[in-house]
Amino acid sequence: MRDFSYLRANSIDAARQAAALPGAMLLAGGTTLIDLAKCGVTEPETVVDITHLNGLDGITVDDRGATIGALARMSSVADHADIKSRFPAVSEALWQAASAQLRNMATIGGNLMQRTRCPYFRDPANFPACNKRTPGSGCSAIGGVTRGHAVLGTSEACIATYPGDLATALVAFDATVHLGDRQVAADDFFLLPGTTPDREHAIEPGEMITAISIPASAAAGRSTYLKVRDRQSYEFAAASAAVGIEFEADGRTIRDLRVALGGVATKPWRARAVEEALKGKVLEADTVKQASLLAIEAAVDHGANHYKIELAPRVIARAILKVGETA
Amino acid sequence: MTVHELRTRHDDSKRGDASDGAIFAEAVGGRLSRVDGPAKITGAAKYAVEQQLEGLSHAVLVESTIAAGRVRSIDTAAAKAAPGVLLVLTPDNAVRLNSATDWLGTPPPDAPYCPLARDITFSGQHVAAVVAETFEQAVAAAALVKVAYDETPAIVDLDDPKAGDGIPIDAMTKEWGDAQAAFAAAPVRICAAYNTPREYQTPMEPHGLIAHWQGDRLTVWEPSQWLDGMARTYAEWFGVPFENVRLVSPYIGGGFGSKAFAYGYGAVAAMAAKMLGRPVKLAVTRPQTFTAYGGRAATRQTVALGADAEGRIQSIVHRGVNETSVDGMWVEPLGSVTSIMYATPNFSSRQNVVRVNTVVPGALRAPGENPSAFGIECAIDELAYEVGIDPLEIRLRNYAEQDPEVKKPWSTRQLREAYAAGAEAFGWSRRTAEPRSMRDGNQLIGWGVAAGTYPVRRAYGEAMVRILADGSVEVESSSIDMGQGTYTILAQTAAEVMGVPAENVVVKLGDSRYARAGVTGGSRLAGVMTGAVHKAATGALDQLVGLAISDPNSPFHALQANTLVVANGRLASPRGDGPEVSIAELLGSVGRSQIEAMGDTTPANWTAEDRYKNNTTIAMALSHTEGDYSRHSWCAHFIEVRVDEDFGTVRVSRVVSALDSGRLYNPKLAESQWKGGIIMGIGQALLEEGIVDRRHGRIINNNLADYLIATNADIPDIEVISVGIPDLHSSVLGGKGVGELGIVGVAPAIANAVFHATGKRVRDLPITLEKLI
Repeated sequence: MRDFSYLRANSIDAARQAAALPGAMLLAGGTTLIDLAKCGVTEPETVVDITHLNGLDGITVDDRGATIGALARMSSVADHADIKSRFPAVSEALWQAASAQLRNMATIGGNLMQRTRCPYFRDPANFPACNKRTPGSGCSAIGGVTRGHAVLGTSEACIATYPGDLATALVAFDATVHLGDRQVAADDFFLLPGTTPDREHAIEPGEMITAISIPASAAAGRSTYLKVRDRQSYEFAAASAAVGIEFEADGRTIRDLRVALGGVATKPWRARAVEEALKGKVLEADTVKQASLLAIEAAVDHGANHYKIELAPRVIARAILKVGETA
Repeated sequence: MTVHELRTRHDDSKRGDASDGAIFAEAVGGRLSRVDGPAKITGAAKYAVEQQLEGLSHAVLVESTIAAGRVRSIDTAAAKAAPGVLLVLTPDNAVRLNSATDWLGTPPPDAPYCPLARDITFSGQHVAAVVAETFEQAVAAAALVKVAYDETPAIVDLDDPKAGDGIPIDAMTKEWGDAQAAFAAAPVRICAAYNTPREYQTPMEPHGLIAHWQGDRLTVWEPSQWLDGMARTYAEWFGVPFENVRLVSPYIGGGFGSKAFAYGYGAVAAMAAKMLGRPVKLAVTRPQTFTAYGGRAATRQTVALGADAEGRIQSIVHRGVNETSVDGMWVEPLGSVTSIMYATPNFSSRQNVVRVNTVVPGALRAPGENPSAFGIECAIDELAYEVGIDPLEIRLRNYAEQDPEVKKPWSTRQLREAYAAGAEAFGWSRRTAEPRSMRDGNQLIGWGVAAGTYPVRRAYGEAMVRILADGSVEVESSSIDMGQGTYTILAQTAAEVMGVPAENVVVKLGDSRYARAGVTGGSRLAGVMTGAVHKAATGALDQLVGLAISDPNSPFHALQANTLVVANGRLASPRGDGPEVSIAELLGSVGRSQIEAMGDTTPANWTAEDRYKNNTTIAMALSHTEGDYSRHSWCAHFIEVRVDEDFGTVRVSRVVSALDSGRLYNPKLAESQWKGGIIMGIGQALLEEGIVDRRHGRIINNNLADYLIATNADIPDIEVISVGIPDLHSSVLGGKGVGELGIVGVAPAIANAVFHATGKRVRDLPITLEKLI
């Protein structure tokens, strides 16, 4: 870790101005920034502390939806009564993420900005080649240990998995990321690696996440986040699914369906093909399982991560059947 | 001559408690809570690298990024010029050290020792170190050290085609009868290969030390399972007398076998401290703990069982391989359980060791027995299914009534009792035999059983016991407490002998200035040290009573008594006539400030050199089969798993284990150790694996987010049942080993349960979801 300047922002504008400086990074909960600095992945020249900004940690929920300030803690959102009742998948995604200690520190804005757990990305001393860290240097993961790597949305430049849980739920329910005045759909906020895996988010220097909003919907109200992982706690997803469902008046025909995958793709992965295939269909196990396979049609494995291709549709199907059954 | 009148009655006696009737928490066998607990919980306990020293500087290691080859050059210019840097250590400016005697007592080669490598034999090897005024400056400067290598091809693991068959270890060969012929002739045969990966100790407290020279005297604050052994190593490295090195280690945040030796980073820190003339702290980072010393070696075993139609074993043919390093030797004894668990007329076990480019592997909870049990205890389960009988029944049918290998009776073997108690508590009789025959919705349920064992490792010990002027008692030993409860059971032992409340006993451990002690490893410490403290305390008490009877100024002098009773810190005549005075009053009246007694269990004819060897090597330890008996602890684990039929995830939902550790000095602490072992075993079965990037020969999950150990959420309620009885062939007070036993047999019980749940045998640990999906 090298020396850096520390600035405490006293307004959003000041924070944005400071964040536009070369080598500047925002500090909120610090759970990603400090971790990556210790790994030698991040070497900020200036750290802009935004934790003292007022009014950015609110959580408001009404009939139109939820708005969550960028500085709200993961644990506060997970435990919020209205989030739990109107957006259960969001609450479940949060409390199944990280550890209690991390959830008490980490903020929602920072959560969106968390970076991959690719072990090659995280070890610059031993693996200098990483297109995400150093554009054009190559990818150390391809041909290496790939058990945790992505099977969807990969490129020749990068196969790193997007690790987060919350964003998977946000993408499923058409959330919006607020960058001050500018707003970006959550699905568009996270970028595919393509040839520029170093560029992970649709955010420009000098911009700052101020809030996220999630529109209310019947599907969000009847939703779940199913996370399958090697161990039961403090572990990233082997595959996860955020699913919400709305039935027609008959209580069995699917009117609206939202499906997004986590742990298997380079970004939070909306599975629209599955949604479209099942809309208008009667909820039935075999139909759901068949349709869930559409999520992995374009999947490509790198050996040890092949199981994710098997696992992902099963997770989707289980999640759909689970929220569907609780009528 | 003491009468126990202890004040704390405990009602939470447990079923099958081997505390031989002690219902008082403070006596040996009582359920006294950890006396060091409050200090640890409140943060008052100061760990080795938390010492505040004047002028402390900070060392950071630079590690190799290749697995094999040679350091061509090290450019230290930028690091030297960095702010705060005091010293950049490389092989070029390192102080010349001597090689040291190893833990077995093998004399060292007459060659210098350098903890910084020029010849690289594994990725993560120490090649340089930077010392600076602050930790942050040292970290920053270490990143500026530029090392150039000439890389050569590495042998990355046991599966590497270049690895070969390895070196036969003849000392591991065990044979009787004609195992090959009997196997060939057996009507029922199974043969399978069982693999365990590299596993790591991952203690909560990472390694590290502070080294401080004053003239030619070295003080080292370092978490240690073996103060005297490590002090000897430091002394030999630096060519100073053993007495000149002081190791201090009062609290240890877990060791699990990894903190018994002085490692290269310790030599680096002590060397830097000597060169700089000021104390140096070196805190090993969590990633570095994966290569600064070794975890459990990866192992491969083949187990062939031949049996008759009723499942009676006719032959066991066992072959094992473990990895070791290019220039170090670690033998993980893979036939240790194989040869003693079941009666068989024909047996053959052999083992090879294969050199690969890794740090030399080391001890991890039950080295040898743990992977050995994974092989034989899975194999016997496979045989049960082949024969078509219950997995518990086949174990009883092949019960070894004596040690099949050395043909001696067991000192005690309560394994049949463990099977019975465990099966009863678990409800084993309700198990349906067929795989996939028990389910709960999407969850396939499996019940598995496996046995475990660990030898009683015995050694000699010594201890100092003092009775102080205020009537309190002090116990001193350079042995240690790494969480298993040494402080507590030694207080209980002294309290029982002396007739004082345990709260009046102060136990001092973890300083090599105290009465010397051997290694805390192999589950031997409790048996060794309770014996030594018992003897020392008895000696102190004899002196006290002797004084009380014979000293002219004693209030008991006129009584003409032959003996006195000491209870609750007070002396009285056994008949109740005469005075009753406190220990403090007696010492006051006879004008003594303290009574001091050194006690030991060592043979009377031992020389000082024998004692030195006893405390600094394991050369003087007693074999568990010495004399007329074979001595072992035993256990049986009954485990329920739930396997998601779609996801392949395995979760342990119930554990009942019945264990025979002989007499328990403190059942509460023994149960905690057993449970800790079982928890570690669950992690071993389902999660733990050092993953090697085979292109680079490097462990890439070298942190606690990627190297998975069990979390609370992975652990169900665990019921442990003690079925032990006092075993006086094993120790002075009748206990056998506790700490390692609990983990042995857990992984095979889980693997067997997974087979019962799914019909699929997973013979490679860990049992991760992709192996079942």
